[in-house]
Parts: sequence; structure tokens; C-alpha cells
Amino acid sequence: MKIIVNGEEQEHNIPLTVTSLLQGLDLRTEQVAVEVNLTILNRSDFPTWNLQEGDKVEILNFIGGGSSPPRHNRGGNRYESSSFA
Amino acid sequence: MSHHPLHDPFIIAGREFRSRLLVGTGKYKNFEETRHAIEASGADVVTVAVRRVNITDKNSENLLDYIDPKKYTILPNTAGCYTVEDAVRYARLARAAGVSDLVKLEVIGDERTLFPDTAGLIEAAKILIAEGFIVLPYTNDDPIVAKKLVDIGCPAVMPLAAPIGSGLGIRNPYNLKIIMETVKVPVIVDAGVGTASDAALAMEYGADAVLMNTAIAGAKDPIMMATAMRYAVDAGRLAFKAGRIPRKLYATASSSIEGML
Repeated sequence: MKIIVNGEEQEHNIPLTVTSLLQGLDLRTEQVAVEVNLTILNRSDFPTWNLQEGDKVEILNFIGGGSSPPRHNRGGNRYESSSFA
Repeated sequence: MSHHPLHDPFIIAGREFRSRLLVGTGKYKNFEETRHAIEASGADVVTVAVRRVNITDKNSENLLDYIDPKKYTILPNTAGCYTVEDAVRYARLARAAGVSDLVKLEVIGDERTLFPDTAGLIEAAKILIAEGFIVLPYTNDDPIVAKKLVDIGCPAVMPLAAPIGSGLGIRNPYNLKIIMETVKVPVIVDAGVGTASDAALAMEYGADAVLMNTAIAGAKDPIMMATAMRYAVDAGRLAFKAGRIPRKLYATASSSIEGML
């Protein structure tokens, strides 16, 4: 079956639980959040949640962050403002 | 019984912290530098962002392998969210990825200034508080908005000193002072600090804590700056509690003239 994981189309055998998807990606379940078709899963559901054809899966974790980067511009500062001495 | 002057715990929503400096984890060269800077800062609370895992690079490292959640209180933010819906979604994802109900709520109104959309902020805060989140809102230096955030149940407010990453320091000390006098919850000055004196000043005005990222991560020597910020926050806090002398236009001799020849 085809599912979309973090925006990338992937082919998987069925059945496929969230836990086995994460294991296949070498991800530790205690460090990620998983959203399937906009529903956020409880970690306790990972082992029993069977993914279905066409599911949109988002896997997220924590990265370094202080405050907002501009929306369309992760990485650099689009607005190079003048410096004040 | 007297306590050490630096024994001055900072309490948010019943959680006690030693340090009054909260730090972000963005913009560092690598996780190793992040870890060293955070250690040097003495911070107990560190902010993180929630983003898609890099699934194509299996060797990509995890921030939490460097910042031990048993040692630090992880404060996820909703950075990069420009709508109520996005901010609420990211807060829920942060809770699912983490271990606590804490969230630093940001609803950004504009890309150029990154000023908060305070109407959206209040709306998102209401939704999240109803879901049991402990919402620490990144807000403008607006005393009315700060009061509203407290009224709906935020256990602290985090007004900005200046735009995020600008390093301009405290642009509106009078409004910040009014916020500190208006609300009965901790006031954490968040964003805009440029150097140690800005942090000290925020604390001297009576802020309960200061949150920063770029001022440390963007310094030529982030670890040294983290140390400077740690001292600045302590010094500012002590000066605030000690009570400064009034400003006077003319001199007041500090040596007695008695006994002079």
C-alpha cells in the first residue's frame, strides 16, 4: 500500500502499525509525535494502530528553537535589516 | 534565619526553578555547542520547536540526546505559527511528543517584525487552557493584553523587550513596568535582548525572569555570552531586591567632612 510520510510517498506491506513504521525509520517512539490524517495519536496506540492505504502520516520531534523563524524561510533571514551601532 | 541571597526560587504554575534565565536552543552551530551554552547559562527551562523528523537521514541526531529532559524542563514553543489553528495544532503535537502540558504559545502576526497577533494569541490560549495546557504566552508589551491573558488562566506572561532576534534591548520599559504592576503572575521578558546589560535591566525593572536565544546563540562566543547572561540575570535580580538609590541631579558626599583639617 501507499502512504505519505512527512510529505513523501512510501510503499509498505500490510499490515503496518505505527510502531513498525517508526522502527523501520530507526525512530524511538518516546521522542516523537505522530499524526495520522490530522489526528494526533496517543503513544499507547502506536503498537495497535494499523495504517491504511493513502494515510497521511506526520512524524515530528523537538528541534532547536527559541522563537519564530519567518514562515516561508526556514534557514536564513529574508529581511536583512540594517544594524544599529 | 537568613537564606543565601541567590536562594530565590522562581515559581511558575507550582513548578520551582533555580534559575531566572530561560534559554532557547535555536541557531547554534551544532547540538554540542547548544549543550555547552545551556550548561553555562545555568538555565533550568529550555525552549524547543516541534518539526518534522528528517526521515531521509537516519543518522540525524536528536536534540533530546543532548538536552536531557530529566535535567531540564523542556518548554516546547509554537514558533512559526501564524494562525490560531496552527498554534493549537503544534501545541497538541508538542504535548504528544513530550512529557508535559507546558507550552510557550506564539501566534505570530507579521513576518517582518514577528510581533505577536495578540487577538489570535488570546483565542488560542483559551482553547489550550481548556484542554489542560499550561500556557506561557509570548505577547506584546501591552498591559491590557497581558491582563486578559492572566484573566483567562495563563500562569505567567512573556512580553517582548523588542522584536525577536533584534538585539535592540528593552524598547518600552514603562509598559513592561506597568505589566509587572498590573498582573499578579510572573512576568518573563522574552525576546529582543542584545547583551548582558539588557538582561540585567529587565531584572532591575522587576521582571521575574528573562528568556532569550539569539543574544546567546548569535554571539561570537556563545558559551561566554551564556555565562555573562547568567551573571547579568542574577545581578539584576539582586539589585532589584536590594533596592536601588534614588537618582539625584547633584552630588551627595559619601565621605564625612567632619574631622577635616
